[in-house]
Amino acid sequence: MTDDTPFIAIDRVSKSFGPVVAVDDVTISIRRGEFFSLLGPSGCGKTTLLRMISGFETPTAGEIHIDGNPMSAVLPHERPTNMVFQNYAIFPHLDVRGNIAYGLRKHRLSKAEVDQRVGDTLDMVKLSGFENRRATQLSGGQRQRVALARALIMRPKVLLLDEPLAALDKKLRENMQLELRSLQQSVGITFILVTHDQEEALTMSDRIAVMSEGRVEQIASPGELYESPNCRNVASFIGVMNFIDGTVRGLQGKFAIVETAALGQLKAPVAGPFVVPDAPVVVGVRPEKLLLSDCSPEGGANGIAGTVTNAAYYGESTYFYVDVEGCEEPFIVSTKNDLRDTSRQKPPPGRIWMSWRDESMVLLPPE
Amino acid sequence: MKDVSYIHRPNRPLAVYAILYLGFLYLPVLFLPLFSFNDATTIAFPLKGFTLRWYEQLAEIPALHGALLNSLKVGAVTAVVSTFLGIFAAKAVTRYTAPGLRPAMAIIMVPLVIPEVILGTALLILVVQLGMELSLVSITVGHIIVTVPFAVAMLISRFEGFDKSMEEASSDLGENAWWTFWRVTFPLVFPGILASLLVTFTISFDEFIMAFFLSGTETTLPVYMWSQLRFPARLPSVLALGALILLASFFVVTFAEWIRRRGVSRSQPGL
Repeated sequence: MTDDTPFIAIDRVSKSFGPVVAVDDVTISIRRGEFFSLLGPSGCGKTTLLRMISGFETPTAGEIHIDGNPMSAVLPHERPTNMVFQNYAIFPHLDVRGNIAYGLRKHRLSKAEVDQRVGDTLDMVKLSGFENRRATQLSGGQRQRVALARALIMRPKVLLLDEPLAALDKKLRENMQLELRSLQQSVGITFILVTHDQEEALTMSDRIAVMSEGRVEQIASPGELYESPNCRNVASFIGVMNFIDGTVRGLQGKFAIVETAALGQLKAPVAGPFVVPDAPVVVGVRPEKLLLSDCSPEGGANGIAGTVTNAAYYGESTYFYVDVEGCEEPFIVSTKNDLRDTSRQKPPPGRIWMSWRDESMVLLPPE
Repeated sequence: MKDVSYIHRPNRPLAVYAILYLGFLYLPVLFLPLFSFNDATTIAFPLKGFTLRWYEQLAEIPALHGALLNSLKVGAVTAVVSTFLGIFAAKAVTRYTAPGLRPAMAIIMVPLVIPEVILGTALLILVVQLGMELSLVSITVGHIIVTVPFAVAMLISRFEGFDKSMEEASSDLGENAWWTFWRVTFPLVFPGILASLLVTFTISFDEFIMAFFLSGTETTLPVYMWSQLRFPARLPSVLALGALILLASFFVVTFAEWIRRRGVSRSQPGL
């Protein structure tokens, strides 16, 4: 479904509101048929960027192309984009049919054709038979589906979704994530999703742009983003990561020898051109890549002893907070609760060992 | 009940105060209908007996009918024009940012706090200076100045009551500004428009000072009523007329408020 020619090209786009720079020189290219997410904390500029694609905001600098056409002179109501608003913006004075058929006025369809298309679209969002409900009689999840149907019936080139699941409760949100994903695959429309929920972005997207303070930090697939973040910001925004400061001592093929104060010499995969001898680096390792054991690891594995000070029990897994001598921050270790063993709710007593493999570490540039 | 906090505890002195306050507010007004049914030309206790004579008399005064018709005409034009202007002002202040918007709004709202005597005098001077004749037109102009702030205030709360993203959604679905106004904005502010029409009409209908200053040969009902106060024999029928106006105003304003509230609850469905 995807090919490599950019379908939407965001080319060095900036947006300032007075002295505040909301979006700062952003360049992204999105492929046809891609599910693309803009992920970041609130105030990072992701919604402003989405509103520039839809035309509700005008870039201060730069240009956005959709399917080869520059958009700066195209008004919102003439753009090949449709939007699902964060609060859904369902028209309260119209029923479900009136809401969904709203954009069809200009198409000059007969009543039968409109009914047909409304019916088909309601089927698509699993809301058949709701044509005559008033907007005020719908639940949050149903309103979300109406907003989706109202946009999809326009057959847009790009569907923009502004935090569409934020108002739903957790269970419904998880169901809708899967449903949105499969809906996107079946209609083949390019989706651009704005979210602050990293889990949502990881589950649904083909690729994710992580934004922070108006800039794009990294654009990558969910897996790449999680396993090979390119900076501390991305690493700590998506999931949890333990960081250790160090200095590069030398290079050995694809690995770098890194000297750290607390853990001695480590051998981590080279991640980029910033890894040169004598350069300061940050070594990162995810909590689930650390193994806990009662004794020191055998063979060449890396290991360090410490004491568990705290445990956070999540049901399927437990996070242990491990104090290591010489480190200010405790290490976070995640363990799968693969046995029915309630002792995992509490920190184990005494000294324990953490071990990990060289490949589990990721090198990041210092702040 | 010790476990009830002072916030929820009944408070007897406060209840007494509330009753006294309401009495002070409405008892004098209630004398109007009371004496309008009294079978005597003097306004004094004790009451003499029940009669509908004063109401019957109302039907036989042509000058009163003329004044009533004038009031209806002035009220209708005032209501339509000031609501129309109010829509523009409310839309501007809630949807756009422009330099000078806030000062402009302040100027629109100023007639609310300027004494009507001063406004009336000023307009009277202006009309005379321009060489225009005092007529129902000059009264209507005066009433529009007085009622526009009310229309604007009511419509602003209506425009603020619905989410701006509704209009964006309409634009996103392919409608230009004109169609967005008619398909989304207008239906959503419609209860506010109706309420504004009713309230501005009522204000104009009851208004005395501007009408007094600005009327020529033809005049409105309140000014006519005032002129009748010089004739003691006419007083009871003026009371009867006042009672009828009171009743009508009460229903119109209640209806307007009911529409406004119904509109508010319908445009803000629970998420």
